[in-house]
Amino acid sequence: MQGMSDFPRWRYFLVAVVLIAGTLYALPNLYIPKPAVQVAATHSAAVDQALQQKVTAALQAAKIAYLDTSLKHDVTHGDSILIGFANGDLQKAAADALKPVLGDDYTAAFNLQSTVPAWLTAIGGRPMPLGLDLQGGVRFLMAVDQDDVVDKQEIRYTQDIASLLKGKKISFVSVARDPTRGQGVNVVLGSAADRSAASDAIATEFTDLNVTDGASTGNRFVLNASIKPNKLRDLATGAIRQNLATLNNRINALGVSEPVIQAQGEDHISVELAGVQDPAEAKKVIGATATLEYVAGLGDARDPAVQDAVKTGNVPPDAHLYYNREGAPFLVSKSIIATGDELVDASSGNDQQSGSPSVNVTLNSAGAAKMLDFTRDNVGKPMAVVYVESTTDTKIVDGKEVRTPKTTYQVINYATINGVFSNKFQTTGLGSAKEASELALLLKGGSLAARMDIISEGVIGPSLGQDNIDKGLKAVMLGLGLVLLAAAIYYKLFGLVADIALFFNLVILVAVMSMVGVTLTMPGIAGIVLTLGMAIDANVLICERVREELRNGSTPLAAIRAGYEKAWATILDANVTHLIAALALTTMGSGPIKGFGVTLLIGILTSMFTSVTVTHAITALIHHGRKLKTLSV
Amino acid sequence: MEIFNHNSNIHFLGIRKFTVGLAVLLMVASVALLGTRGLNYALDFTGGISAEVAYDNPVSIEDVRTALDKGGIQNAVVQSMGGTRSVLIRFQTKDDTHYTQPAGPSLNLDLIASDVAKALQAPRPDAKIASRSYVSPQVGEQLRSDGVTAAIFVIIGIGVYLWIRFERRFAFAALATEVHDVLVTLGVISLVQREFDLTVLASVLAVIGYSINDKVVVFDRIRELFRSSRKAEPEEVLNRSINSTLSRTIITSLFTSIAMAALYFFGGPSVHGFAITMLIGILVGTLSSIFVASPILLWLGVSKKDLMPVTKENPELARRP
Repeated sequence: MQGMSDFPRWRYFLVAVVLIAGTLYALPNLYIPKPAVQVAATHSAAVDQALQQKVTAALQAAKIAYLDTSLKHDVTHGDSILIGFANGDLQKAAADALKPVLGDDYTAAFNLQSTVPAWLTAIGGRPMPLGLDLQGGVRFLMAVDQDDVVDKQEIRYTQDIASLLKGKKISFVSVARDPTRGQGVNVVLGSAADRSAASDAIATEFTDLNVTDGASTGNRFVLNASIKPNKLRDLATGAIRQNLATLNNRINALGVSEPVIQAQGEDHISVELAGVQDPAEAKKVIGATATLEYVAGLGDARDPAVQDAVKTGNVPPDAHLYYNREGAPFLVSKSIIATGDELVDASSGNDQQSGSPSVNVTLNSAGAAKMLDFTRDNVGKPMAVVYVESTTDTKIVDGKEVRTPKTTYQVINYATINGVFSNKFQTTGLGSAKEASELALLLKGGSLAARMDIISEGVIGPSLGQDNIDKGLKAVMLGLGLVLLAAAIYYKLFGLVADIALFFNLVILVAVMSMVGVTLTMPGIAGIVLTLGMAIDANVLICERVREELRNGSTPLAAIRAGYEKAWATILDANVTHLIAALALTTMGSGPIKGFGVTLLIGILTSMFTSVTVTHAITALIHHGRKLKTLSV
Repeated sequence: MEIFNHNSNIHFLGIRKFTVGLAVLLMVASVALLGTRGLNYALDFTGGISAEVAYDNPVSIEDVRTALDKGGIQNAVVQSMGGTRSVLIRFQTKDDTHYTQPAGPSLNLDLIASDVAKALQAPRPDAKIASRSYVSPQVGEQLRSDGVTAAIFVIIGIGVYLWIRFERRFAFAALATEVHDVLVTLGVISLVQREFDLTVLASVLAVIGYSINDKVVVFDRIRELFRSSRKAEPEEVLNRSINSTLSRTIITSLFTSIAMAALYFFGGPSVHGFAITMLIGILVGTLSSIFVASPILLWLGVSKKDLMPVTKENPELARRP
């Protein structure tokens, strides 16, 4: 007779541990988060008890009942006030009521407040995040500013042509951008010979430019170099592609799973962030098209020219008057040395000399060459780093939305160039370690090829999501229930054992998905139902084998033993092939397909454990040490 | 309880010319359908229109849907945009020249938007289109090519595994049947013109997984019987393998179908396509496991000696005298 040796003690222990851990880590999903509204500051406005009182007073005035409010301190994301509500309608009403009260300095966003007990959170238990289709999320539509692409290129060519002519020692009167965008660069030369030499030099060096002779008057020989039309088209599609890639990187850095980032039409990009109920946070990273500009510094607050510019408003024609975060004025050159486009990497750290927070920047070769050129001639002179942030203000004027693009420039660093450098250097003078890491994250995410403005933004309400959750839950429960019933009827006791295993399969699947942090979507739920339907296959294989062995005259315990042993090889082969299919879904698929594939992949692995090991443990436990004449299979 | 007579020995291979002929016919018909009728690609693949509508006073999703239906805009997806006063409408314009600009293939968004506005303003004059946009078809092209890449990856991956674990002929038989299952499933979807969206694509890929699972069980039994029987007439062994796994083949499809039916009836419209595709795939996959895979294996000339060298893998055999 076969005894405990069939199923050693350590494996009982393993099964028990896995089942208990599975139950614990699946548990957080049963605590339904309550709808909440999160109030956060857009820039640096204070989030304190005064604001909390203002919020509660506004809610009381609007007669909207709330459950609780709390002031959350968060170092990485900034402080916020979270107000919990009994239902989604109250949440919506509160958000609508709070927006006009709070004004531009604060955002009132939908959020969810976890109700998972502290002890579960303490052991690392957390519910699965829900997808856009289950809980709503944030949706943005952005317009890519194609004019900006042309501007940047023409400014770049203006500088490059000037330095090319200097390098070739061709004397010229002036090199300037044509006042009309897209018309290229106008070069004025002193003689026809110079013009033809310049024309040849430019055409050879810059193959993307069309070089034509312009009208000449007296000793002004004009040459026009404009970007070829097909190059302009390439630039436009390239800008969209680079912006898409940049957004992908930035959003990955945000930690949002299954983001849907799509090109819409010629110059629009839409972003859907499931699970993000706080547009402000996402907007900070996506919308704020932050870039850096490295420019020559022309003077700081001590400089009389700067003081004069501040007083009179008369800024020299080749300079901009910008301020730093403390409000100190600076004059900086209009010509840009390098921009965020040319940035390869940025990481935050601490300056080795002062220990203050810094961002270490690496430039590409084009940027490095320009930086080298500039620093070689300007050691000991100041260089400024300007942080350019573009946002779009939306105001309601006479019932119509009026959008005004707003670009803010801030000098974040103004320092003396200590030495000649090219591709690697450091930016210091940042306020805090948090600020340094935020800036590094924005820059590292890749720079945008062209400015983008958020032209549409919305939060997808949870009502549709709740509807889907209800339906999905019903489908999972009924699917599971029907399969359980069918198995119990068809395989009697063995069917019931399989049922217990199938139930735990759901529990462990949910636990693993929660621990991995898989975002649950409707396709994911479909994957769960499919997994449950297919997981029973292993038990069908085992039960059919046991029946066969019994028919062939084996004793009940020998039949169980042979049944499990012979079925295992088949189960393994069948599951490995199935696993290959699921793997392809996760690695090659996009968005929703991936969610489904991940669910299927985890489901196949958990079902192999529950259908074989768990049922074997229970079967061994039931039949161990008993004299059996028949098996209930 | 037992539905199937365990002593059944139906001569499935006896009708192999008929069954495989039928399978080939179905495949040809499916390819013809896909070539002529094509798939009814959904918004995910074709691109389409989306519009944000703002109301001065709260509105319910149902009212918006009814208004759109009455205004001639069918199959629109209506979602709340947060708050109770703004909704997002997504829909697809069918081959309607009315909406196509004379200049080129791009849609006349303004015309569509004004039609949507008219439809919504009939019952609710306070409806205003806040923004409008369309999903470009390039996005769909990317998705389609991703789907095809995934399918090819799956088929090759499974082929290589079967080649290593079983034998070359098993890999070929499985792949041929796999291609049949995918084509016929797609053919049925094309025939009934069910919308082919992302979830349906996922489902088609899952059908490959399900169906291969089914075939491997039969193949496993074929290998086992070849190794254990003394005189192994291929036709006899294959037939016995199909029969002894028949109960499992059908019970498993039945159980999985029950789960998929639950998903279809209770999971809501967003998973309808997934469930129905899976149900079609399960039926096609089960039938091909019984009637198509083994005949192909027989024609490829599988025999006992091809499967013998790897005895170490079967401890049951190793123990025998």
